[in-house]
Amino acid sequence: MSKKILELKDVSKIYGSLKALADINLSVNAGDWLSIMGPSGSGKTTMINLIGCMDTPSTGSVILDGVDISKENAASLTRIRRDKIGLIFQQFHLISYLTAVENVMVAQYYHSMPDEEEAMEALEKVGLKERARHLPAQLSGGEQQRVCIARALINSPQILLGDEPTGNLDEENEGIVVDIFRRLHSEGVTIIVVTHDPEVGDVAQRKIILEHGKIVDDINQSL
Amino acid sequence: MRKGNRKTFYLKMVSGSLIRRASRLIIAVLAIAIGATILSGLVTIYYDIPEQLGREFRSYGANLIVLPRGDAKITRETLSKLKNLIGSNKIVGMAPYRYQTVKINEQPYIIAGTDLEQAEKNSPFWYIEGEWGNSLVGHEIAETLNLKLGDSFMIQGVKYGEQAEASGQNLSAAENQKRDLARQNFHKSLKVKGIVSTGGAEEGFIFTDIDELDELIGDTFRADVIECSIIADAKELSDISKKIEKEIPELQPRAVRRLTQSQDIVLGKLQALVLLVTVVVLIITMISVYTTMMAMVAERRREIALKKALGAENKLVMSELFGEGVLLGIIGGASGVFLGFEFAMRVSLNVFGRGINFQWALIPITIFIFVAITVAASIIPVRKVMDIHPAIVLKGE
Ligand SMILES: Nc1ncnc2c1ncn2[C@@H]1O[C@H](COP(=O)(O)OP(=O)(O)OP(=O)(O)O)[C@@H](O)[C@H]1O
Ligand SMILES: [Mg+2]
Repeated sequence: MSKKILELKDVSKIYGSLKALADINLSVNAGDWLSIMGPSGSGKTTMINLIGCMDTPSTGSVILDGVDISKENAASLTRIRRDKIGLIFQQFHLISYLTAVENVMVAQYYHSMPDEEEAMEALEKVGLKERARHLPAQLSGGEQQRVCIARALINSPQILLGDEPTGNLDEENEGIVVDIFRRLHSEGVTIIVVTHDPEVGDVAQRKIILEHGKIVDDINQSL
Repeated sequence: MRKGNRKTFYLKMVSGSLIRRASRLIIAVLAIAIGATILSGLVTIYYDIPEQLGREFRSYGANLIVLPRGDAKITRETLSKLKNLIGSNKIVGMAPYRYQTVKINEQPYIIAGTDLEQAEKNSPFWYIEGEWGNSLVGHEIAETLNLKLGDSFMIQGVKYGEQAEASGQNLSAAENQKRDLARQNFHKSLKVKGIVSTGGAEEGFIFTDIDELDELIGDTFRADVIECSIIADAKELSDISKKIEKEIPELQPRAVRRLTQSQDIVLGKLQALVLLVTVVVLIITMISVYTTMMAMVAERRREIALKKALGAENKLVMSELFGEGVLLGIIGGASGVFLGFEFAMRVSLNVFGRGINFQWALIPITIFIFVAITVAASIIPVRKVMDIHPAIVLKGE
């Protein structure tokens, strides 16, 4: 039985009168590949922000690697995020004045120690070694997203989180990213990905569907 | 860079941001550079004004009159002692005067023997018809004697040490006259080189070379007074006077108060003005740096949010922005120093007709001041980093 890496217990997030998340219960094991789907406004981003220590729940608790993060202050959330979470964004969010390899090194810099060799290896794994010295503006969307994945993985996080990571990519690049996820999954990385795209959602081992802040379906897709 | 170094990477990020975003930062650097230009220019002028203005004021005549104490006269040794004491770099002019009564057409006049070159330096404002040279005749005398440029006139007088004694009683009038001419009296024909108009007492004097006068009256150098034009403000002048009194007790210095006081007043006002403008410029620079940094933080909200999402602590992100501010301050300040010198040089050349020296100390001082200003002006903008919430900022489409 693999270890429980994440647990949400009766988690709600309330914005004014709006319940963006309502009494969510969810547990994820280490090495799981989970996709979160659902209509717009159903609370997907809200949920992934809670898991990624970017926000705290209004009620309930989020237990990440045995630590309840719902009571932590901003500074320790930052620390936990740095040590345990790798983030991928729909808009990539690369730093425009740094090259691909430097963008990866930024994550190392805030985590511990920049190490160019290691950063180059990470880029090599996503097939971008040749483009390491290019600025983001000189890279295609798919290449930028691969830099973003390399950056998310560089500090060996316990969970890789993506909010619509393929939302800005064409089919070909989407395929490349999904292949990378598949390989990471086989290497044992825990992956949680929010997506609108069934092609991306269906390859995951498990899929949950959100509607109005509630989990309405939880599908085990592994055979 | 193998096993990396955090400091190196910090510098890489900060300089990368500046270099690759250079077009965005030109305005900020320009603002700082202009501020630094005006500041270093004004400071240069500020320190140069006393010197410049001092020289300017020195064209209004002697500001220190040195008299002998008691009945004694001033010898050449004393004169050179005085010169050494004051220091030749501070002396604009130093003219000794020896006054002698002579007769022209049986009428008494006073002739002043002086160093004409030094007298000219003391009193460049004298209006001379003709030119400075041996001899000058006061306008009043020229009028009474009806002298024109180039005319000659005869002076007569009694030699030094001889009494203009009453004629010997046991000698005939003719014999007396002969003896006078031979022994007691002198006479010489002088040529009018220039006619002096000053609107003052000088118009009633004849000026000639002091050495020639000495020779004529058969005596060594003995001055009645020394007029000095010295580069000094009221305080320095009184210090110099005290020093003279102490070290050359046979002399009695007197500062010409009226001149030095008005010099100090003008100087004080000018320096206050320069100081005021400098403060205003610093404030304006600060405001523009503040605005630029504010815009920079706003423009880079996403980048800052991203860094925080990657786990950067506030103080780390803030230190990067401060680092950029410091670098901007250094670049702007350094370019400002040189532009400022150029600016001060032009001002000085136009206003005082004279160049200035480059103050090397201004380089570190200006850079330091502008780094300090940039950092101070960045405090509020950079603190905005703490309000940037990564989840909210990064969600935006
Ligand atoms: N900071 C906030 N303040 C107020 N309401 C918010 C805030 N963030 C999200 N919401 C609301 O919470 C609900 C869920 O938002 P969320 O962003 O999680 O949706 P989503 O499932 O990610 O949608 P999409 O697919 O469009 O990205 C929405 O109704 C949204 O308007
Ligand atoms: Mg969303």
